[in-house]
Amino acid sequence: MKALLFLGCTVPVRNLNYELSARKVCEVLGVELVDDQSLACCGYPLKGTDQAHALTIAARALAQARAHGLPLVALCSACAGTLAEAEHHLAHHPEAAKRVNAELAPLGLEYAPGVRVTHLVRYLLEDVGLEAIRAKMTRDLSEFTFAPHYGCHYLKPAEIIGGPDDPEAPTSMGELIEATGAKVDNYPRLKDCCGGGVLGADEDLAGSLAGAKLAELNAREVTAMVLVCPFCNVMYEGQQKAIAKRMETKFKVPVVYLTQVLGLGLGLTPDELGFKLNRAKPKALLAAFKS
Amino acid sequence: MRLNDCDPGFKHEVAAEPGGAGIRACFACAACSARCPVGANRPAYDPRRIIRLTLLGRREEVLASPLIWLCSSCYSCGEVCPQQVRFTEVLTAIKNIAAREGHAPPSAKITAELLAKQGRLLEVTDFENDKRSGLGLPPVQQRPEDFQAILGLKPSEGEAGEEPR
Ligand code: SF4
Ligand code: SF4
Ligand code: SF4
Repeated sequence: MKALLFLGCTVPVRNLNYELSARKVCEVLGVELVDDQSLACCGYPLKGTDQAHALTIAARALAQARAHGLPLVALCSACAGTLAEAEHHLAHHPEAAKRVNAELAPLGLEYAPGVRVTHLVRYLLEDVGLEAIRAKMTRDLSEFTFAPHYGCHYLKPAEIIGGPDDPEAPTSMGELIEATGAKVDNYPRLKDCCGGGVLGADEDLAGSLAGAKLAELNAREVTAMVLVCPFCNVMYEGQQKAIAKRMETKFKVPVVYLTQVLGLGLGLTPDELGFKLNRAKPKALLAAFKS
Repeated sequence: MRLNDCDPGFKHEVAAEPGGAGIRACFACAACSARCPVGANRPAYDPRRIIRLTLLGRREEVLASPLIWLCSSCYSCGEVCPQQVRFTEVLTAIKNIAAREGHAPPSAKITAELLAKQGRLLEVTDFENDKRSGLGLPPVQQRPEDFQAILGLKPSEGEAGEEPR
């Protein structure tokens, strides 16, 4: 099984534990991730102010993926969503594809419809499959309880992402967590947005969006909150202390990536999975796997 | 509010932007507003109200409002809309017009400059690549040329601004 890895801008600079654990898990599951150094931004940061250029930038990545003939797999939910939206838009709007191709021609690239864009987690579920993943598990995590945070762009717009989750009752992350034997907490605020999208415009507002979920999970004493996106991480791990301070309280919500949880189940060590770089550390989990 | 402050063409202008056409289908049910997490925290932010003002032609009021930049892009409004308005996309259309008229927050300009300078949002130097190789990860490179061509921007002299959060 082979896929083209879309690292994006943020993961390879700020979330090396996510990248490391994703690569290790793919290795164990027999997925070959192909790197292409010329893939870079997905265009998302420009969309709010200049969606024409954002679309050209996304089309550039789609054109590169097409040349590889591989599915394009992202670790960042915003990248996966942006590229999937661009593919959908361009495939349905030939005049937009024509405009974009006029801008890509000088770069020696051409967009044509047909690239499959997906998030790594969804790729593991759909292409590797739960059965095969379960069969490779060597450790039992049944004493732990994890709280998934699906985030928005991983699920929505549903008409473009196209499943397998129902955004009103998502299950994909839970199924993968359960494959390790661990329990899943589908807490009341499961579907809350992290607020990361407004952090730049209004820190207080972003903090109150993330804070409600952090407060709830703090009280539920889960082993850790589980993420699949570096932007959600900015809010829940990076901003956790600042948000608690603003709310005049203290939080101890450990934050991990789904690939780190899977990796533990697959027998990888905490070091191999980059747990040293987690700032809101899952102490109970790490104590159980001290090598 | 005087009648001649209204621009009846504004709704057509929004509808003509990519993603903007959905605004024509809105029947003002407010399902979006009820579901919006930003509105729940900031009552002044109200998707249906932004649509109403746009349909009424209150062009300057909408484009200059700091509220339009508070959407977190969570797509919750679109999932509950009975009319497939796709408000997140409609608002993107409105913000794009606002940006062309100089209403974008300062961080927006920096984003385009960073992409032209680095080909990515966050800078990659030897420091980042040393850290990566210490973990056994392959190096990443900055190849800004394509981005300069697409954006029609040469990187500005000297240092680019601070990186956005
Ligand atoms: S969505 Fe964000 S993290 Fe992903 S490539 Fe674009 S800027 Fe980078
Ligand atoms: S939910 Fe849809 S139809 Fe109802 S007010 Fe919002 S945009 Fe209009
Ligand atoms: S996408 Fe924006 S307007 Fe729609 S519900 Fe989310 S924050 Fe509100």
